[in-house]
Amino acid sequence: MSTGHSPRLGVTPPHPIGVSVERRDAVPKVTGAATFTADLAVPGMCHAQLLRSPYAHAMIRSIRTDRARAMPGVVAVVSAGDLADVDMLYGHAIRDHPIMAIDRVRFAGEPVAAVVATGLHEAAEALQAIEVDYEELPFVTDPMEAIREGAPVIHPTAHEMGNQRGFAEADVPRHPNVSSASRHAFGDVAAALDRADLVIENDYEYPMIYAYAMEPYVALASWGHRSLEIWTSTQHPFLIQEELARCFRLPLSAISVRVAYIGGGYGTKGYTKIEPLTAALALRARRPVRLALTVEESILTARSVPARIWARSAFSRDGVLLSREARFHMDGGAYAENSPRIAFRTTRRFAGPYRMEALDVQAWSIYTNTAPSSSYRGLGSRQGTFAGETQLDEAAERLGIDALDLRRINLLRPGERPWPGARPLDADLHADLEIVAERLGYGSPLPRDHGRAICLSSADGGAEPTSSALVRLHADGSVTVMCGSAEMGQGSSTVLAQIAAGELGTPLESVRLLNSDTSTTPYDRSTGASRTTTVMGLAIQRAAADIREQLVGWARDLEPEADVEAEPAGVRIGDRSVPWHEVVTRWFGAAGGEVVGRGYVRAEGVTAESPLFWEVGCLGVEVSVERETGRVRVERIVTLGDIGRAIHPQLAEQQDVGGAIMGMGPALHEELRYVDQSMVNGNLWDYRVPRTTDLPEIDAVLAERADGIGPYGAKGGGEAAVNPIGPAIGNAVRNAVGIRLRRLPLTAERVWTALRELESHGKAPTADESAEEGPGRDA
Amino acid sequence: MSHEISIELEVNRRPVQLVVAPNETLAQVLRDRLSLHGTKVSCDAQVCGTCTVLVDGRAVSSCTFLAADASGTRVTSVEGLAEPETGRLARVQRAFVERAAFQCGYCTAGFLTSATALLSENPNPTRAEVVEYLEGNICRCTGYEAIVAAVLDAADADGTPST
Repeated sequence: MSTGHSPRLGVTPPHPIGVSVERRDAVPKVTGAATFTADLAVPGMCHAQLLRSPYAHAMIRSIRTDRARAMPGVVAVVSAGDLADVDMLYGHAIRDHPIMAIDRVRFAGEPVAAVVATGLHEAAEALQAIEVDYEELPFVTDPMEAIREGAPVIHPTAHEMGNQRGFAEADVPRHPNVSSASRHAFGDVAAALDRADLVIENDYEYPMIYAYAMEPYVALASWGHRSLEIWTSTQHPFLIQEELARCFRLPLSAISVRVAYIGGGYGTKGYTKIEPLTAALALRARRPVRLALTVEESILTARSVPARIWARSAFSRDGVLLSREARFHMDGGAYAENSPRIAFRTTRRFAGPYRMEALDVQAWSIYTNTAPSSSYRGLGSRQGTFAGETQLDEAAERLGIDALDLRRINLLRPGERPWPGARPLDADLHADLEIVAERLGYGSPLPRDHGRAICLSSADGGAEPTSSALVRLHADGSVTVMCGSAEMGQGSSTVLAQIAAGELGTPLESVRLLNSDTSTTPYDRSTGASRTTTVMGLAIQRAAADIREQLVGWARDLEPEADVEAEPAGVRIGDRSVPWHEVVTRWFGAAGGEVVGRGYVRAEGVTAESPLFWEVGCLGVEVSVERETGRVRVERIVTLGDIGRAIHPQLAEQQDVGGAIMGMGPALHEELRYVDQSMVNGNLWDYRVPRTTDLPEIDAVLAERADGIGPYGAKGGGEAAVNPIGPAIGNAVRNAVGIRLRRLPLTAERVWTALRELESHGKAPTADESAEEGPGRDA
Repeated sequence: MSHEISIELEVNRRPVQLVVAPNETLAQVLRDRLSLHGTKVSCDAQVCGTCTVLVDGRAVSSCTFLAADASGTRVTSVEGLAEPETGRLARVQRAFVERAAFQCGYCTAGFLTSATALLSENPNPTRAEVVEYLEGNICRCTGYEAIVAAVLDAADADGTPST
């Protein structure tokens, strides 16, 4: 791995910015001392187990719990009927999700009842004694079937909208199983199509997958007098606080959502999951309740959003992209969760970082009788980029233009707006592409059945710019940073501490960052969309500036006659340098005291324009295909993190390495499958994620051009590799052996079948007319 | 849990006597009875390697290893890897710190114990041997590269180069 391929621009930022210091969580994590939610216990704590529906769609005629209630160790048996005092529906986009099934179940695996007992074993035994009488209903688990005339309607009554929608809807007629419709369009597509010399149009499919954060969902709820404390493994404690406040009709201040170390998130620990249920069980049990799901239950809680995609791109004969169109049918599952927002994002992420005169993208999130979906790293971009970048390579073949040259012709320049009103591109993808091409050895000879490809992506990153931070400088000069960002392994506790240390000239060792806790750390919208370094980083910079400003004022209070000026680690009063903390103690006139700095970020100034930054991706792969088995092996990956400024280069590179390997899974083998009513491979025996033996040679490069709006020119990272790797692998397979598959994953079976077809008929079964022209230029 | 079983074992170099249920796992004993929460459980089915501990130096999945079968053995969990008196980190732990060979940290105990078993069996593994040995441990954050590099660093650190 290497860094610093591109020159660093601008002023040199203060130490320890740009230094790969030891992670703040390193020693706790290698000694086993780091506390995760599952490690917590409180006095009187009971354990909950859930009874789940075996049916995809059914009415609940009755639930009998008397036998279960009488069993040893049982503290409470709870179903929706026992929660009349609770507002049962939650959902930040659409309030359609009952805390437990009310009268009707909408997916196989939906919680119907729960047992709270003194031990897990007792709870599991009592679960067997609950009797539920179901009346089965017609069900639909396929999104295209779900929007046919006469399909079973999954939510017969309309629901209220949630308060964290953050997306615009298209005003179009829709099937009752459509939870949300989004459209993003500009220019005149019809005119572009009229003028086009080549129009490529095809169907694509991105699979339903599971992130497998290795710590399954777990929460521990404990009620006080009209107050609730809940520890949960979440990226979005403040959004959960809002939903809990609504469900239990309490003020925000009565609800403490506390976050310990998080055992992986990748978006799937965002938004509300099992927290209202755990809190409801604790309310009825009148005891603290711990609900710890298994991996199998976690898969049924939040799988990803798959997409059926139609896409069309129009080109002039010299390779100029004229227009792009796409329609995404996205299976959001039984409850909307974040799928409306994902559909909306998809419409902004499909186009890619290319110039065009017209665009028209539509996306629908669709209710089906399947497990609810959730965000998963790169949401919408992975699905959209797969269609868009595959189609670019198809076009390159038809036009007889090298796939990279086609991209060079159409890539946006730094400062160009992707569409009217959007933030100008804050990245140099032309330069990035050349770096990756060189390091991949693009165009140099390859062994037989090897192929290379490079793909790009762009996503509207950063989510909403709503964050706040408090920074406290103590009487000994040490610093406590209070911010709501959640450390889930991405390294935010290290990077944010570096920013605080750099801004105040304080040794990193004396900076402490508190864990996210809605009762102590101030509001932060969410940890996701690669926003933390940029948005929370700015909030901390502003809080540090607030400290400096206050201390300069305090120094003037102390010595009104002297010239007072801020220095990196204190103030200059006259000709003397006085460290910050000495100003603090002198101003209070006591041994103690502290100064509190506040930093806020909202949509104004550098954060006014949307998106906050373009999270771009540029990634190259080399694959080999084993003809006898159809097995695809990724041999090499070159990642490029165009992140403006690496506060911590080691962590920034690792985001791309981790993202690339994570993204290999759905490109090659990961796919959750439904047969009849149920998910059939929702467990880790059948659902294989990448392992050490899949590891290719990886070259991780960072491009630092200080072109982001964040601290020292930083912008978001973490999705740059995961977004383009799917189509990169698909295109590389095409270049290796001449088959074109438009559906991920490229399982050995699919590849083998396509190879046989190609050999026997000279044509791959899912290939378009271009397949006959054989492999692309880089084979 | 009709009958209970008395067991005696050594956990992280200290003697332990317990009465366990026949179906109680070693992971449950470590976490729930001995408050050694460094051992994490993920798949609970011997697929992911997260709960790996050393039993007489061999790497086992504690989520499916019965506590009763651990009687008479020496068990080492992640808490037992560092020098007991000084708290000085083991070489492999130091290498993980230097390489930042973890992100969320949930799988880390399992990787550290597996790597310890590997390095005691084979003090100078090749990269291919490290990759092969760690195939039973899943990590979702790091992409494995830093982990493999850290294990090779730990092997190198005793002065004999690995090939």
